[in-house]
Amino acid sequence: MSVEHELTVGMVTGEGSMTITAGASGAPEDVRPQEDPGPRSAVGFQTHPSRYRHWHLSVEGPIATLTMDVDEQGGLVPGYELKLNSYDLGVDIELYDAVQRLRFEHPEVRTVVVTGGKEKVFCAGANIRMLAASTHAWKVNFCKFTNETRNAMEDASAHSGQTYLAALNGTASGGGYELALACEHIMLVDDRSSAVSLPELPLLGVLPGTGGLTRVVDKRHVRRDLADYFSTRSEGVGGRKAVQWRLVDEVVPRPRWEETVAERAAEFARTSPRPQDATGVALTPLDRTRTADRVSYRHVTAVLDRDRGCAEITVTGPDAEPPRTVAGVHEQGARFWTLAVTRELDDLILDLRTNETELGTWVLRTKGDPALVLAYDALLLDHAGDWLVNEIVLYLKRTLKRLDVTSRSIIALIEPGSCFAGSLLEPALAADRSYQLSGVFEEGDPAAEPATVTVGPMNLGPLPMGNGLTRLGTRFWGDADALAAATANAGEALEAEDAERLGLVTFAPDDIDWADEVRMAIEERASFSPDALTGLEANYRFAGPETVETKIFGRLAAWQNWIFYRPNASGPDGALRKFGTGQRADFDKKRV
Amino acid sequence: MTPLPAPADYSEKIPNNVDLHEDRRLQRALESWQPNFLTWWESMGPTLPTEDVYLRTAVNVGREGWAHFGHVAMRDYRWGIFLAERDRDRRIAFGQHRGEPVWQKVPGEYRADLRRLIVIQGDTEPASVEQQRNLGATAPSLYDMRNLFQVNVEEGRHLWAMVYLLHAYFGREGREEAEELLHRNSGSEESPRILGAFNEETPDWLSFFMFTYFTDRDGKYQLGTLKESAFDPLSRTCEFMLKEESHHMFVGTTGVDRVVERTAQLMLEHDTDDVGGLGGIPLNVIQKYLNFHYSVSLDLFGSETSTNVANYFTAGLKGRWSEERRRDDHRLTDDSIMVDAVVDGRIGQTEVSALVGLNSDLRREYIRDCQNGVNRWNRILEEAGLPQRLRLPHTAFNRRVGAFSGIEVTPEGEVLPAEEWERRKGAWLPTDVDKTHVRSLMRPVHERGKIAAWIAPPRQGINGKPFDYDYVHLA
Ligand SMILES: [Fe+2]
Ligand SMILES: [Fe+2]
Repeated sequence: MSVEHELTVGMVTGEGSMTITAGASGAPEDVRPQEDPGPRSAVGFQTHPSRYRHWHLSVEGPIATLTMDVDEQGGLVPGYELKLNSYDLGVDIELYDAVQRLRFEHPEVRTVVVTGGKEKVFCAGANIRMLAASTHAWKVNFCKFTNETRNAMEDASAHSGQTYLAALNGTASGGGYELALACEHIMLVDDRSSAVSLPELPLLGVLPGTGGLTRVVDKRHVRRDLADYFSTRSEGVGGRKAVQWRLVDEVVPRPRWEETVAERAAEFARTSPRPQDATGVALTPLDRTRTADRVSYRHVTAVLDRDRGCAEITVTGPDAEPPRTVAGVHEQGARFWTLAVTRELDDLILDLRTNETELGTWVLRTKGDPALVLAYDALLLDHAGDWLVNEIVLYLKRTLKRLDVTSRSIIALIEPGSCFAGSLLEPALAADRSYQLSGVFEEGDPAAEPATVTVGPMNLGPLPMGNGLTRLGTRFWGDADALAAATANAGEALEAEDAERLGLVTFAPDDIDWADEVRMAIEERASFSPDALTGLEANYRFAGPETVETKIFGRLAAWQNWIFYRPNASGPDGALRKFGTGQRADFDKKRV
Repeated sequence: MTPLPAPADYSEKIPNNVDLHEDRRLQRALESWQPNFLTWWESMGPTLPTEDVYLRTAVNVGREGWAHFGHVAMRDYRWGIFLAERDRDRRIAFGQHRGEPVWQKVPGEYRADLRRLIVIQGDTEPASVEQQRNLGATAPSLYDMRNLFQVNVEEGRHLWAMVYLLHAYFGREGREEAEELLHRNSGSEESPRILGAFNEETPDWLSFFMFTYFTDRDGKYQLGTLKESAFDPLSRTCEFMLKEESHHMFVGTTGVDRVVERTAQLMLEHDTDDVGGLGGIPLNVIQKYLNFHYSVSLDLFGSETSTNVANYFTAGLKGRWSEERRRDDHRLTDDSIMVDAVVDGRIGQTEVSALVGLNSDLRREYIRDCQNGVNRWNRILEEAGLPQRLRLPHTAFNRRVGAFSGIEVTPEGEVLPAEEWERRKGAWLPTDVDKTHVRSLMRPVHERGKIAAWIAPPRQGINGKPFDYDYVHLA
């Protein structure tokens, strides 16, 4: 097959005439899960503010304003109109791009105001027709991505000194209010009609799926009985009551709106630790090629093995010493290895998740010099106070979290010539299983050094999972001795027997067993129910405490996905299907 | 312990046709397993000390090679690894993969199921050696003793065959399972053999003959279904094992022949049915032993219906007896079969889908085969001019597994209340008195050319040798 077109959102929604049909086969009201619609072009996640169709990004000194102004005709897939500032994946891809660029390209920005470009309405949430027409897999993947972007906004507020402020210039319903909930401060215009609401349950028979239920009680501390009432009331709550109940932080009369938003934005900006006269780093377009069976970047490649249902991903370590000074990191910018490899991995994860749903197993390898990986880690950790360094480490953290919530089996293969050390040990720790070759391959280079894994400082704190623990801490949850033993061996290049004994890898087959063990593990994985595997992995990956994030990806998403699948939502008489027809849903009243 | 030979020596010490000398994985696995096997043989194998035994050793799979005779010390027996010749065009004969080429590797999808099947089969092989370990001491002749040991070393070789598969195809887990095969022991409290029937000691030679006739025959049918497997190395291994298994059944068939023959002689000579007092085994005791071993062996086929076995068939792991000779679609998705059942407290049948009824199908094949031996023994009675006949009891008689496990039934198939069964079962199954009598006859005869009084000598010796050949040199 020839090289497929890589579709950036700009191409899809702009001048390009290509049709993307992912998830959109069948009439919009047919909300039963669809079969894969067949050949289609891959959805791409790279874009640029100059190509945005749904957002305006403006920066004035320390204040950035992100204005949502969705193009009704700009849906990623034909079959629906994005009315009332409702969104689909294409809209959210732009939002994600903006959030990323604000962090790297705009060190001067300290407050990000999220507001709407329409009259009366801030945002109506995810587009219902789009949801109704999508396959189940598409919906789940879409929700996951939107959740990750909202978590990234909170991450910016918490760790980057870039505080998100929701300026709701009109009603924010459903996903619109959930977007506001991801901001640190919510302002609502007080015009006696604008309100915030979570109408999913009463109107659509489903749940708000992007963290709304979790954030209302866990983050904003709305009392649970009031939250219950609020979430069953389709028109929502506005005005003073919204403030009293903590649904928003303040309501502002329309005449004083702009002035108050500006004041508040400036207040948040004053407390930010972001630098004064720093220069941003441009996130230049990724050097990426995609063919039918391969996605490759400078440091990352994925071979798409459709026969075996797996993607073989190889991450390459640095090929040179890191810059000697932090100034060198700034100078290299997007070329700096850690940033470059993170961007590539991020893009690959999003691509494979969205476009390659039948590649159910990701086989992860690394290639390179572990010492160099550790040297890059050391440089970053030595300059943790530098804003760019801080952003790079946070970005790596977020990207690794994507792996944790990816509904694919992940198997790490640790072979001679690999560099599973420090930051690159994390993917192996994120894997469901890992195999480290004991000794070397006799048929390869018999003089090769055996594969090693090295615990480094990056594994001991800077890259926590969504549960707030390191991957090592999660792996050894409840086993303080094992965690201490692994930590005590930090800095040691551990060969297979030691790594296995310390519990850092699952199995340590030797050359004789390697090929068969690995083959059978992958084949066996491919034979199991993909749904059950997703559930199994999601349960085992998150030992330890619950956080807002784990609740969103675990509890909320699981309930939501179940409810979506039930006839009461998506059956012929279900609420999703009846929405907008003027007829009432006919529920099966049995509680399950 | 004997260390494993140097690489060049492999084929000499371990006759094989699996290129052991160039298979590093297998060599490595055997290096640790083989000494443990010898330890097991020393501690759980035959207890009677011998210098050497006139044994058949398979040195290759060819016509000549598989039956190589000579006196060898049992400990130095060359347990080999043999698979039947490979048919390069072989295709899967049944199930959802029917028509596809057979597998030379274990598909990851079926790894656990195949491993389980091999482990269960493998577990029975050393089990029977353990069950029979004390019989050498009471052998009725050197000829019989030699046959016992021949069966024993071959069961040992069958263990090797299964261990070979585990070692060669199942990686680390396979090696662990192979090790476990040596650690479970027949009759052990802590770690018994997997199947119940293999945890009973074989207490006397009549039991031994019955066991090799009925229970080894179960093994034959299990191997026959595995011979159909889409996993080609398993298929070829089982095909070769079946050759040896037929010799074990020959020992059983002719053993019972000779007991019946001797009993008939005594009955005629003394004109009485009660040959017990004359040093023989009465016909009704033979019938009781037959009843017992037959019914216990029927249990080994499992329940009438089994979804596991249905899955194995669909997956291509385990076929039917003579799969390729059957005239149907070999997928059975739309077929049905009548299986035994208890209907309203009475013996009846019920219709189930053919796939889940495969155990019943195999048991029926087995029952038909068992009848042949009975006919043969009856011919001996007939030729002696005696009116008595042996027969197979009803399928529902004395069953502890499957549809009939909940009811008690006479050998004629009449359902009995439990108390009546308790009262009358001594008429159909060996009683303590019967067993004590049979055991009392088990006096060793270790002199060349002599034989115990309860059994007739064989018509022929082994490999053209006379009956009075020195088959065994005792230590
Ligand atoms: Fe056997
Ligand atoms: Fe046998």
